[in-house]
Amino acid sequence: MATKTKPGIPKESINLNGNGHSNNGTEPKRLEVLKTYKIYIGGQFPRTESGRYYHATNGKGELLANVCLSSRKDFRDAVVAARAAFGGWSARAAFNRGQILYRIAEMLEGRKAQFIDELMKQDSTRAQAEAEVNLAIDRFIYYSGWCDKFQQIFSAVNPVASSHFNFSVPEPTGVVAAIAAQDSSLIGLVSVIAPIIAGGNSCVVLASNTKPLCAVTFAEVLNSSDLPGGVVNILTGKVAELVPFFADHMDVNATVYCGAEANMQQMIKEKSALNVKRVQIYDKVKWMSEEAQSPYFIMDLQEIKTTWHPIENIGGAKAGY
Amino acid sequence: MAVKKSNTIKLKFDSARNLAPAPESKSAAKINERYDLFINGKFEKPSGKKYFATINPANEEKLADVAEANNADVNKAVTAARTAYEKVWKKTAPKERAKYIYRIARMIQERAREFAVIETLDGGKPIRESRDFDVPTAANHFFYYAGWADKLEYAFPNRNAQPLGVAGQIIPWNFPLLMAAWKIAPALATGNTVVLKPAETTPLTALKLAEIIREADLPPGVVNIITGAGETGAAIVNHPDINKIAFTGSTNVGKIIQRAIAGTNKKATLELGGKAANIIFDDAPLDQAVEGVINGIFFNQGHVCCAGSRLYVQESVYKTVVQKLKDRMETLIVGDPMDKNTDIGAINSKEQLETINKYLKIGQQEGAEMYQSACSVPRKGFYCRPTIFTNVAQSNRIAQEEIFGPVLTIQSFRTDDEVIEKANNTPFGLSAGVWTDKGSKIFNLTTKLRAGVIWANTYNKFDPVSPFGGYKESGYGREGGLHGLQAYINLV
Repeated sequence: MATKTKPGIPKESINLNGNGHSNNGTEPKRLEVLKTYKIYIGGQFPRTESGRYYHATNGKGELLANVCLSSRKDFRDAVVAARAAFGGWSARAAFNRGQILYRIAEMLEGRKAQFIDELMKQDSTRAQAEAEVNLAIDRFIYYSGWCDKFQQIFSAVNPVASSHFNFSVPEPTGVVAAIAAQDSSLIGLVSVIAPIIAGGNSCVVLASNTKPLCAVTFAEVLNSSDLPGGVVNILTGKVAELVPFFADHMDVNATVYCGAEANMQQMIKEKSALNVKRVQIYDKVKWMSEEAQSPYFIMDLQEIKTTWHPIENIGGAKAGY
Repeated sequence: MAVKKSNTIKLKFDSARNLAPAPESKSAAKINERYDLFINGKFEKPSGKKYFATINPANEEKLADVAEANNADVNKAVTAARTAYEKVWKKTAPKERAKYIYRIARMIQERAREFAVIETLDGGKPIRESRDFDVPTAANHFFYYAGWADKLEYAFPNRNAQPLGVAGQIIPWNFPLLMAAWKIAPALATGNTVVLKPAETTPLTALKLAEIIREADLPPGVVNIITGAGETGAAIVNHPDINKIAFTGSTNVGKIIQRAIAGTNKKATLELGGKAANIIFDDAPLDQAVEGVINGIFFNQGHVCCAGSRLYVQESVYKTVVQKLKDRMETLIVGDPMDKNTDIGAINSKEQLETINKYLKIGQQEGAEMYQSACSVPRKGFYCRPTIFTNVAQSNRIAQEEIFGPVLTIQSFRTDDEVIEKANNTPFGLSAGVWTDKGSKIFNLTTKLRAGVIWANTYNKFDPVSPFGGYKESGYGREGGLHGLQAYINLV
């Protein structure tokens, strides 16, 4: 397999992988089929409607792929898809959501080599790449287990003083617009998506701008994991260009920003006020660490619903819980 | 004019037996002529030397002059709160914190009647409501949260709850004492100190609470209560040494606050407006449902963020329900809030009455049919007769915007899916009501309505153990119950 270069112009002299397929024998060289990196909206892989692209490169500046430079319209299309998917996904049995998250981990496991390859192209060592992919798989297993458990931990039956049954349960916030960590290709993305969908939300996620390859391949994993189309939508593009739209879209219920830029944080919080979005800033989380996973990440994007119902009160005996 | 035939029995109590006036005595309440700012355990004169009047909306008579806090006063209060936090409160043993809060609860109970009378005089709500609901619920709220102070390690599994620091709290005029309790009690229990600003039209019970806090020997500066209008509130929101803003009020102001603190690390909980759907299915016990609708919209003159202001009635019982509602409305007594027979008291302020009247006009201009009960209202003071609108379209402003008065819109529906769609079709999501005899239908509805509090076959019930707060533009964060603790802590 040759290293991917600019599509259509194979550079035979470059062979970062050193896997012995360079054309040094008498055997006629088989031309590698290069992958087109597209975005993921509503369970489909369109190119950006804008027709724009940018170069994803490795640390040496070598071209890895032409990647979609997503537009505001792409984002809005993705929100429409996410909103449409929200009702069905949030209404799924929690157990079923757990199975689908487990299925995502299974698919990820099967594609391990591809992710390691992509991570290495994006400057990881083999050891780093393997660790990141393994953790990404395990993180989905972790959150798969939480799908039907966090509600039990964070619910309450409230002993009100009147004759009523009263209980409080978490429910998903709705459509979440998330900007994934920019310094990793896979683990940052996975760590932000998993708790969002484990909690029954749908989302639009902006991938790492400089390391976008794994995000698109991860979309292919999602697409083969029984996850309904639209529950997760993945865009590639420029953070500074898209963030304002993520934060002020009126049909988005929450914004998540995994970054430390103060200006960006302020702008997101300000624009989110337009429709009282919930804002979660994860600027100190080390995504490769154990602290980057907990049911509190799920709860960050949940609402608490409290329901009351009277208890019949016959013969003067007051019933209650 | 032809007489309209009605199948329901008219419940005209006032014609059958006119109730004699039953006024509550004012003697229980001592109101000073002038109130200063409660800062660092003392009542201090405002540095701007300005005072404003608070009036009784039932007769427009002045009750007292109240200090207006300016930036310097806010700064003083925040400094006092910061010092108390660092030097005293943070180091106070949780079980001792608890005992202070228990004391406050007990002292409110001891002076309950005084609080009820002042609440009614200052805010216009019926004495029956302030006596039986506002004041006891406020005391209970302190009592409930007091017990959490030394049990926080059980509340958040695998995490340690740390206080945030100084909480700036801004509360509305509809439940003045109760909102103060909702804000102060959990903040103190979790180890924070407080700067609280009551609404400018209803400052008196919060200032009475300040007296209690002093009597309870709470360390100076742990709770500071300062009065003023919007500018004072803005000074609290923008003060750099505040760690947390807790606000209850309109969605517009909530958005301004969210923007104002965007560049800071201040945490916020916002409890904002609502436009709740109250849904009656054809199998509901209609008389009970009608009582629930009356309570849902006319409780506290409709000055309730979770008021059931949009009624949806299934088509087959629509006419019956509307007729029953009109009949029941005729029995409501509108008038002197101090009278124990009064159902609907005074509108809280002239401005609010003007807002309500504006919407009554808008509703009629939009083509909706207005019906008001025939009762008389006092000449002086601010009053609004209970009002319903029929022939309302989903897009009408009266069905979309929060009116915050005794005004109900009524629409019909046919199917479950239709009414879920209509009920959720609003930027708000604070509360909702469902009336049906069928358990499975209740849970179908309660799981699909996007709102923080759902009352099924009941309405407008509150309890200290029960979390309250909204979805969507009704705000975020919860007050009350275990979940209400989260608003005042960092998890580490």
